[in-house]
Amino acid sequence: MKISKTNAIEVQNVTKVYGSGESSVKALDNANLIIYDNEFFTLLGPSGCGKTTLLRLIAGFEDITNGRINLFNEELISLPPNKRPVNTVFQQYALFPHLNVFENVAFGLRRLDKDNDFVIKRSNEVLELVQMQDYAFRRPNQLSGGQQQRIALARALAPEPKVLLLDEPLSALDLKLRQAMRVELKTLQKETGITFVFVTHDQEEALTMSDRIAVINQGSIQQIGNPEEIYEKPSNQFVANFIGEANLILGKCEKTGINGICKLQTGHKISINIPDKFNKGDNLTIFIRPERIKINKSKGSSLSQIQEFTYLGNAAHIELLSNGVSVNATLPIDKVKNFKKGDKIEIEFPKSFAQIINT
Amino acid sequence: MNIQGENKSRNNLIGLLPLWIVMGVFMIGPLIVMAFVSIMESNSYGGIHLKFDLSGYRQILFDTNLFDEMEFNPAYLIIIGRSFLLAVAATIISLIIGFPVAYYISRQKDSVKNILIFLVTIPFWTNLLIRTFAWIIILGKDGVIENSFGFIGIIDDDDSLNLMYTNTAILIGLVYSYIPLMVLPIYSSMEKLDVRLIEAASDLYSTRINLIFKIILPLTLPGIIGGSILVFVPCLGAFIAPDLLGGGKKLLLGSLIQFQFAYARNWPFGAAIAMVLLALIVTILYLNARVNRRHEQNA
Repeated sequence: MKISKTNAIEVQNVTKVYGSGESSVKALDNANLIIYDNEFFTLLGPSGCGKTTLLRLIAGFEDITNGRINLFNEELISLPPNKRPVNTVFQQYALFPHLNVFENVAFGLRRLDKDNDFVIKRSNEVLELVQMQDYAFRRPNQLSGGQQQRIALARALAPEPKVLLLDEPLSALDLKLRQAMRVELKTLQKETGITFVFVTHDQEEALTMSDRIAVINQGSIQQIGNPEEIYEKPSNQFVANFIGEANLILGKCEKTGINGICKLQTGHKISINIPDKFNKGDNLTIFIRPERIKINKSKGSSLSQIQEFTYLGNAAHIELLSNGVSVNATLPIDKVKNFKKGDKIEIEFPKSFAQIINT
Repeated sequence: MNIQGENKSRNNLIGLLPLWIVMGVFMIGPLIVMAFVSIMESNSYGGIHLKFDLSGYRQILFDTNLFDEMEFNPAYLIIIGRSFLLAVAATIISLIIGFPVAYYISRQKDSVKNILIFLVTIPFWTNLLIRTFAWIIILGKDGVIENSFGFIGIIDDDDSLNLMYTNTAILIGLVYSYIPLMVLPIYSSMEKLDVRLIEAASDLYSTRINLIFKIILPLTLPGIIGGSILVFVPCLGAFIAPDLLGGGKKLLLGSLIQFQFAYARNWPFGAAIAMVLLALIVTILYLNARVNRRHEQNA
């Protein structure tokens, strides 16, 4: 997959404060990011983190407190929403209840004073794209949630926006439909070549759909990267915990360097790359995903004991207590067949998957 | 129907009894009396003779001339027409003023909203008669308007704008009296309007004008229709503003009915006009209900 590196959206030092004086709330704090053209970019974070605020700033529904947003190198924030060549898919779809499906989809084109033949042609085209051409003359309230979702998508795509903004568009759908729509959205993005900016609090959604993800917490951007980077190399503990499951284990540095050594509170001494900025005796936090931990049968004096054994079908989740520190491991089912709750076992932290993480 | 069902429906009847009493005594009863009066012979001392006679209705369209012949008399039709036009005009003006007011109020913060809505309802706290009298002081000769116009030199001191006792004065009085009944229902349907629809529309390149005509107006239509009926119906039968501000020079339906009962002592005729007025209003309400039902099916 090739991503052309034209900047679609540049967010520069953007700060948004709601209210004033003592009751003011900082929703975004000096956010900086670049979204490339033709990219599926996700803003991911817990509710209230500022991701929707950033989306609404791009759409123009909120006034910016400070900073600058560029759209294809043109300053955006002085324009009202109706002058911005971006369209939004709203969380609850916000379809116009007094207009039928076709007129909903044609709404943007009609406001742009396109000639009628073009409006009809283009509207039918996008309706076909979302496979809703048979529903053109229904009212929104005669459609199911998933169908309304498609119409909202078609409506936003019809005017061929330079960037499509999606505000948690899948959150109101049930699981099966949500999973199907993920694939469809991703396909649609590739087919249309339009830049998607997708807001979600669902990390699985973000990981499966995105080209790149920005993780946001408490108004500031924590990390920007592709799904693999975000998952495998989280920049701090928040990202590590928010995306998937993480073991964060405290330890002490015993030797720095590529073949550094760290003594963990679990009692294990592990080999790990420790940059030279650390000194012997420094406290470190080691991050490792549960599925990266290896376990072996005990050979006598074992440090770890299985506290909880959860069968997951294709895998098993094991909660261990090691020297008083709890460690989680997720393992393929055939590797854990012979273990049960209470067993003493050996655990191993492979060097390539354990890393030092910032608080 | 089984026994339980019968019990249930009997219970329902008993439960609804207060409603039936209120409806019967205060609504249906008077209507029947009115309808009855309208088909009786008039008694020149007021009241009626208990004798069937349709002259009340006939009088609306026909007059008896000196030779005891029936002659078409358009006078009352003109009054009905004039009342209808004035009521329509008052409704339209109320809508033109009331819609932006309701829109403005609905866009305010909650605390400001409550104060503004309170202000809209304040006129109801004073008697309509007194409030209408106040307009005489404002509109009349040497009234507030003429004096201030004279003061800034738009008119000479001796001139008069002759505002009083005109259709304009009646219209001002009607609009003033009933405009809160226009503002409140429109406001309430604007409150229900989802702001995200407005955001979605402006996201889809709607200008401010587009927003009003393509989104707000169609979606607040039930409130607009409701408010229009609430203004139109009492305007059609109003007699305080027409009497005080119109000087009774140009008779309107409300005044005409009141006149028949109070002065002309022709009860059947008054009742007949009232029945015609009622028929007019019921027809309009019925048409509106049909439009509304279609609107609801669509929405």
